[in-house]
Amino acid sequence: MDALTHFLFGKLTWSAIPYHEPILVVTFIVVALIGSSVLFAITRYRLWGYLWSEWFTSVDHKKIGIMYMVLGVIMLLRGFADAIMMRLQQAIAFNGSDGYLPSHHYDQIFTAHGVIMIFFVAMPMVTGMMNYIMPLQIGARDVSFPFLNNFSFWMTVSGAVIIMMSLFIGEFAKTGWLAYPPLSGIAYSPDVGVDYYIWGLQIAGIGTLLSGVNLICTIVKMRAPGMTLMRMPIFTWTALCTNILIVAAFPVLTAVLALLMLDRYVGMNFFTNDFGGNSMMYVNLIWIWGHPEVYILILPVFGIFSEVTSTFSGKRLFGYTSMVYATVVITILSYLVWLHHFFTMGSGASVNSFFGITTMVISIPTGAKIFNWLFTMYRGRIRFDLPMMWTVAFMITFVIGGMTGVLLAVPPVDFVLHNSLFLIAHFHNVIIGGVLFGLFAGMNFWFPKAFGFRLDPFWGKISFWFWVGGFYVAFMPLYVLGLMGVTRRLRVFDDPSLQVWFVIAACGAAMIAVGIGAFLMQLFVSIRNREALRDTTGDPWDGRTLEWSTSSPPPAYNFAFTPVVHDLDAWTDMKRHGYVRPEDGFIPIHMPKNTGTGVYLAGLSVALGFAMVWHIWWLAIVAFVGMIGVTIWHTFNYNRDYSIPAGEVSASENERTRLLGAGA
Amino acid sequence: MHGTETDRRVFHVAEGPDHPPGHSTLLGFWIYLMSDSLIFAMLFATFGVLGANYAAGPTPADVFELPLVAVNTAMLLFSSITYGFAILAMQDDDNQRTQKWLMVTAAFGAAFVCIELYEFGSLIAEGAGPQRSAFLSSFFALVGTHGLHVTSGLVWIAVMVVQLRKHGLIEANRRRLLCLSMFWHFLDVVWIGVFTFVYLLGVMR
Repeated sequence: MDALTHFLFGKLTWSAIPYHEPILVVTFIVVALIGSSVLFAITRYRLWGYLWSEWFTSVDHKKIGIMYMVLGVIMLLRGFADAIMMRLQQAIAFNGSDGYLPSHHYDQIFTAHGVIMIFFVAMPMVTGMMNYIMPLQIGARDVSFPFLNNFSFWMTVSGAVIIMMSLFIGEFAKTGWLAYPPLSGIAYSPDVGVDYYIWGLQIAGIGTLLSGVNLICTIVKMRAPGMTLMRMPIFTWTALCTNILIVAAFPVLTAVLALLMLDRYVGMNFFTNDFGGNSMMYVNLIWIWGHPEVYILILPVFGIFSEVTSTFSGKRLFGYTSMVYATVVITILSYLVWLHHFFTMGSGASVNSFFGITTMVISIPTGAKIFNWLFTMYRGRIRFDLPMMWTVAFMITFVIGGMTGVLLAVPPVDFVLHNSLFLIAHFHNVIIGGVLFGLFAGMNFWFPKAFGFRLDPFWGKISFWFWVGGFYVAFMPLYVLGLMGVTRRLRVFDDPSLQVWFVIAACGAAMIAVGIGAFLMQLFVSIRNREALRDTTGDPWDGRTLEWSTSSPPPAYNFAFTPVVHDLDAWTDMKRHGYVRPEDGFIPIHMPKNTGTGVYLAGLSVALGFAMVWHIWWLAIVAFVGMIGVTIWHTFNYNRDYSIPAGEVSASENERTRLLGAGA
Repeated sequence: MHGTETDRRVFHVAEGPDHPPGHSTLLGFWIYLMSDSLIFAMLFATFGVLGANYAAGPTPADVFELPLVAVNTAMLLFSSITYGFAILAMQDDDNQRTQKWLMVTAAFGAAFVCIELYEFGSLIAEGAGPQRSAFLSSFFALVGTHGLHVTSGLVWIAVMVVQLRKHGLIEANRRRLLCLSMFWHFLDVVWIGVFTFVYLLGVMR
């Protein structure tokens, strides 16, 4: 009997369900209530068919982009819940109090917070932005490999599902977000937490890598006629560099996690303490991926800020060429700095100096970018709409984060501040002040393009002020604490004089919570008032690049006729030269068909990941063979395209003509 | 002045865009191969760092049988040549001959995998398994990853032959044959690295 249960369920037993932990039980009830009411609503309004055929199986880059954004927002709520729990714990765990989180729970929370925010909030949202905007900016009808795009998205979802499962079945890693061995090895982490970590990231990583290949090909191969490399919109340039970084960095993560997995599952000795293993090898390898990763996140938002600054200043971007070169230089340099994450490893003065200097050198192209944005604003007719507000907040905040970064790049300083809250404050300063502010700028900027109506500015401004204010209140105290020597990931504190700073930081986190709430409210109010906020022109901000030349939302085929580009800021050029929109002569358009294969493969990969985590070998084999089978089956389908008839194209183009006429 | 400018500029093409399906497949596959080569680069680097950590266990000179590895290398090199013949047959529009050479390629590939499995088996039997030392862990990871790639190449060849039989040398199948060709030769190139860096230099270490 025992043998049978073990065969069927592997390591999975009832004790893996954390019903003895009140916090998790309450979380589970809340999640279950929200989840079942969403499922009920979808069933009640008969939306399953619509969701399946219009969204889940869609190979349209615009719909996939939106789904990436939705995934990012949902995971942001989870990641932020972790954040506020940590802030609360640290604010009260003084004077002999243990706080309210036991250590094994607290350790999972800080690990999950980092993993979720980077891999399942920032990455999907950045990828979503690139997916939605970039093909429109280059005048393409879709990406190079539309099915692969859908598959990539669903693999990212699979990874997120596996990470979320760990909340209620078993536990998550207690190792910190990069799972350094030997702590993450089987000897010190014998439970399933690290396995959830490995499988969640491996499966999501496949999606990220393939999406990188896809978007590079799209930019290289599918640009509209006339769009030379130096006429590409700057966001497309940053997307190109980002995807090159993805393709050149993610295989490293795949390899290093595979080696950690071999250590844990097969008993190999890559990173163990004995039999010749070397855990510093892991730290080197993971940061060879990890440092480019932060540029994968920040480069596209530099692109967003560039587009926003130029549009809302009503000017061509200052120093376009230097902006492009700065982006390329950052791309290259991002591979030459990884060791600054562990100056204290003891590589010696010359190695540390080399990496310290390369790190400081990165601030030169980045500084050039800041000046380019400032000079773009200089003598511009600036409109302070929400995207521009986020951009200005970014410029101020990011400069502070950049300066503390240069400070940390000095090896002797790093010996003092390594692993302190100063470091935590620094990277939140650049990730929130850079990536997150950029995503908000981008969402407010391109939302009307995606949905045909603007986001409500009132709630948007409330969200803006609470986010920006909340950021400063939450993280400036951490700089102070870090300078006083407080290290990261602590659960309880002995020195009562520190408490006031943690209480201030917790207040900041509460302000950010209001900011997130106001953002959700902004979405809700905007959808409710969509008729009042409607934009029929497709060009609500007097945009400069091709995405603003088509309707909002764009038709499935994006452009009835492929645009021809004569200048940087192609749409501004078209408007200046009296572009007349063609109103007849439409021809059928060749488009890829939807397919469910991505969803099936993702479902099987969740089963595979879950089975591997719990050592349910039969299920792992079934899921793996199933994945191979579905893939092969998919390759036997040669009939993947269809044509949108000319009549349908002209019907939707005539509708746009009518709207444009009514608006004028 | 403004008007003449307008007359000169054409802002859209009237006919469809020149992006037939699959026009970027070969570029995409190249990029994928580059990413795959990075995985191998990491495994080579790991072998480079850990390859001398014998943990008082066997060394390369103790366990590697170079004649066997030489035979194995020959299998893979022959398979690359025969894949080249398959592509030549494809260019002659000879579906039958293409399939025949693909199957010869698969036979050499299968021989390679079998010899490798035999080698792994005897290593484990003599106590030089992947758990024994960091050297053996990194050896098994690198050579095993290459072997897994060859195995998936074999599956791909099998699928390819069926698809050629069903649909002939149509455009899509030609494209796939070229991708598979790149994949197969890529594995050959990686193996040259493995043979030199792991086996030859390992024995000299």
